[in-house]
Amino acid sequence: MKKLKSTLPNMFFSLTLICIVAAAILASVNEITAGPIASTKQAALEAAIKAVTPKYDNNPVQEATSIVAADGDSLMLYPAKLGDSFVGVAIETRAIGYGGEMTILVGFDGNGTLVNYSILQHAETPGLGARAEKWFRTDKNKQRVIGRSMKKGTLTVTKDGGDVDAITAATITSRAFLKAINKAYNAYAKREADADSGATLQETNIFSSARKEGGIK
Amino acid sequence: MSNLKILINGIVKENPTFVLMLGMCPTLGTTSSALNGMAMGLATLFVLVCSNMAISLFKKLIPDAVRIPSFIVIIATFVTVVQMVMQGYFPELYKSLGLFIPLIVVNCIVLGRAESFAAKNGVIPSFFDGLGIGLGFTLALTLLGSLRELLGTGKFFSLSVYPDQYGSLLFVLAPGAFIVLGYLVAVMNKLIKSN
Amino acid sequence: MEYILIFIGAVFVNNVVLSQFLGICPFLGVSKKVETALGMGTAVTFVLTIATLVTFLVQNYVLNAYGLQYLQTISFILIIAALVQMVEIILKKVSPALYQALGVFLPLITTNCCILGVALLVIQKDYNLLQSVVYAISTALGFTLAIVIFAGIREQLSRTHVPKIMKGSPIALITAGLLAMAFMGFSGIV
Repeated sequence: MKKLKSTLPNMFFSLTLICIVAAAILASVNEITAGPIASTKQAALEAAIKAVTPKYDNNPVQEATSIVAADGDSLMLYPAKLGDSFVGVAIETRAIGYGGEMTILVGFDGNGTLVNYSILQHAETPGLGARAEKWFRTDKNKQRVIGRSMKKGTLTVTKDGGDVDAITAATITSRAFLKAINKAYNAYAKREADADSGATLQETNIFSSARKEGGIK
Repeated sequence: MSNLKILINGIVKENPTFVLMLGMCPTLGTTSSALNGMAMGLATLFVLVCSNMAISLFKKLIPDAVRIPSFIVIIATFVTVVQMVMQGYFPELYKSLGLFIPLIVVNCIVLGRAESFAAKNGVIPSFFDGLGIGLGFTLALTLLGSLRELLGTGKFFSLSVYPDQYGSLLFVLAPGAFIVLGYLVAVMNKLIKSN
Repeated sequence: MEYILIFIGAVFVNNVVLSQFLGICPFLGVSKKVETALGMGTAVTFVLTIATLVTFLVQNYVLNAYGLQYLQTISFILIIAALVQMVEIILKKVSPALYQALGVFLPLITTNCCILGVALLVIQKDYNLLQSVVYAISTALGFTLAIVIFAGIREQLSRTHVPKIMKGSPIALITAGLLAMAFMGFSGIV
């Protein structure tokens, strides 16, 4: 069979056929992989939430809500409960670090204590800012933030008068990291205060049940 | 050329990275570790083999004037398939390779081979050409990735070879990619020429 | 203000070539002379801006509207290929000298990873239309800056003595690495 000549109808026919076949292949592969893709994303988020909050038995992702931070940014909040009582939250927060945006999942318990954190995404320099994932949980020199009570005030690096030891030679990353955590806690605390004073129009489950149990303050 | 010769040609004489110097973007962008380099190489190999075979199979149906757009659509289809499969089954790799997976579609190697080999040869030789070039690319990327990971962090495929405080971070960053590749190309040139 | 940050970020801090590794093929291939480099940079700026605009609109009004996100790669690359064809035709009529000078590199802009790369990045970063266009223009200017500086250095290099084994690509790559190191000094500004 000789090669098709480059006449207009031939070109049109050939390209259209190729596009249709391509679209068909992609649509079917899309069908097959859509399930695994969605469940992998879900599983990753659930694993991250599990790592940063106290033990729970509800489904935080399903009961997720969004809270507004002081700078207008909208943050996702995942409540964790054991039975009916509220045990903590995981909040997805962000800040601009040295190389770009950092996304952190931070967990607080009902008393405002920082339970754990997980850096979901960052663009920090390997060996410097990228050490943030391990640095702030290492128990030496006041660098550990886990277990600190957020109620005592915002977290700040020692250079700025606070008491968290920044990563050596990566102060900008450290500041951004703490800024993100403070932002999350402040948004959460504000929401909680608003809920208590009846200021919010929509009440979420966690706050009403928490108030019933007297669990938050 | 026998099929075995075609295969070896792609790995040595016409090695896409060291000889043809094509596909530089992913070469520099995904080799911060040996595993990333190897994964990228294998993904590209898959696309190369599939698109070479598809184009060779349908070359009689594609009029000359529309060959480039047709090749692009075929290549893009396979790249999208790789994207979707990676997202669903290898999410960690998908995250670390990031933008460079869809960029396989503009990898000059794939379009180049389609144009210069698959459009003019049979399906089986095209398969071996795709395999050879793909293997050459994978080996080059794995080599570059290993060197950068070893020099930069003291690790090889995430296994510690020497303590990482003696590593020189520069190699894992952007400038390191250029510099290591520069020296590698110089060494490879000498080796391939003396062969 | 944020547009200035996007601009500085794209041109200096996260330079498309020296930090994000997009557009390396033309960077290494067209940078032997400053004039061709400048011409290439201009062509890329033009194509990149229009391509980002069109792909952004297609993503939002066609792909997202009909749930066809999996056709993103195919549709984007076809749009870019068509655009480059158009630019070729226009350039031939408007500036035949530049068309000649760019030669085979013009159709190669289609496979220039930075065009497709920026089109995809803009969707990933969730920019709105104006931010996307500013980002595209800034990226293209960053590309032009990098390629022109590089061409200047290479022109000088061609007049000096380079060891035989390093001639050509190896020394060019190492020079690019040093240039990348210099640009790293911009990090932390934004």
